[in-house]
Amino acid sequence: MKFGRFTVAAVAVTAGLGLAGCGGGSATPGASGGGTVKIGIKFDQPGLGLKAGADFTGMDVDLARYIATELKLGTPDFVEAVSAQRETLISTGQVKYIIGTYSITDARKEKVSFAGPYFIAGQDLLVRADDMSITGVESLAGKKLCSAKGSTSANNVKAKVPDVNLQEYQTYTLCVDALKSGAVDALTTDDTILAGYAAQEANKGKVKVVGKTFSTENYGVGLAKGDTAFCQQVTDALKKFVSSGEWQKSVDKHLGPAGYKPGAGNPPAPAACA
Amino acid sequence: MGDLFTTFNVVGALGITLLLTLFSALGALVIGTLVAIMRVSPVAFLNTVGAAFVNIVRNTPLTLIIVFCNIGFITNLGLSVSTDIARNNLVWAIVGLSIYHAAFVCESLRSGVNTVPTGQAEAARSIGLTFGQSLGAVLLPQAFRGAITPLGNTLIALTKNTTVATAIGVAEISGLMKEMIEFRSDLLIPIFLLVAFYFVLLTLPIGLVTTHLSTKLAVKR
Repeated sequence: MKFGRFTVAAVAVTAGLGLAGCGGGSATPGASGGGTVKIGIKFDQPGLGLKAGADFTGMDVDLARYIATELKLGTPDFVEAVSAQRETLISTGQVKYIIGTYSITDARKEKVSFAGPYFIAGQDLLVRADDMSITGVESLAGKKLCSAKGSTSANNVKAKVPDVNLQEYQTYTLCVDALKSGAVDALTTDDTILAGYAAQEANKGKVKVVGKTFSTENYGVGLAKGDTAFCQQVTDALKKFVSSGEWQKSVDKHLGPAGYKPGAGNPPAPAACA
Repeated sequence: MGDLFTTFNVVGALGITLLLTLFSALGALVIGTLVAIMRVSPVAFLNTVGAAFVNIVRNTPLTLIIVFCNIGFITNLGLSVSTDIARNNLVWAIVGLSIYHAAFVCESLRSGVNTVPTGQAEAARSIGLTFGQSLGAVLLPQAFRGAITPLGNTLIALTKNTTVATAIGVAEISGLMKEMIEFRSDLLIPIFLLVAFYFVLLTLPIGLVTTHLSTKLAVKR
């Protein structure tokens, strides 16, 4: 048995991997009670939902925590909800709710229900601080634009400016770098996300938000389809979030440093739960 | 399901995937053959260069190579082939895919060269053929025939690896899949199946054809 010990080690490692792969699978889906509640947020959007080390910051995170406390759901356990997986995370019960620049649309309502809106954002442009030539979507002709592959923003701008020269990357972070280096002239997505980037220490004074939105995005809290009771509770919490002044405080804290002011209609009144 | 085709440029994206596959396969075959020749040549310097190329490229993640093609070549070195960003990225994605898979093509061919008995190379030398002549007339024709299966495997891997080009925004099918899910998350499963089926449609025949050819063209010794 020359290789006996190696075989045992290999089996042990393989078994360990198998277990790791199943980790969390046996936990109560969505977890109500038991001390923690799984909440889906974005991990890569400064000012909204950002994972910085072991900590999470941003407006969406503030709201997620507020709802968890208000409804006594337990300690928030944040899970990354990348755009393409949001509906699946909710419908399979892997998260209780998602707050991550989640725009309310009819197609998404087929799979999930929404409470809210809690914020009205709009697509805008981020340009270099010394660039005076871009004043809005109409001055984009002949300019190089950057956005995230497969995003609503990229699609929207293609429809609005058909001959736009569009660079698409996996993440907005690459776009911000390309913008600063001069490889592209503007970055487009929701103004909230842009404000978050403009407020980052590394970008302060180098980039600015144009401040002329050309779309309307209603951010909502995504939750299990048809769970009207929970939707109602979240809606009440949202109302309280605004009326207690927490909403304003959160916006000022996370998006304010870049001089961003929420557009008209904010804070919005949440729609009734269907 | 039908409205996916009317709302999104599905056919266009499928075409770009096919285009990436075909051109990168050609590029990889050319570069890979050259590197393989370097590695089997009697010149020590070329051996070293070839081995360095294979080991560096083969062990670098493809995403890194593709993103480097965009940020390194286009942005920092200004090596643009067109003022149109989409076309630029498509060309550089083909270059990146070609270089990456050339390393695998090279190693497949080298394995093919190893199927040729040493006696044949010695015989070629003894009748006075130069290295180039023995390579062209004796070694490579047999090496290609012996390397059909690994070359087919590389082609299948290449086909699926074209999805990495989405990292720099090439409008191929996996990028469109993301876009379709963004807008039509209600059709999640059909979208996924559509893309999966397309790749099976592309890769399954490659496997069947190479298996068939590898037996049909095998050098009988």
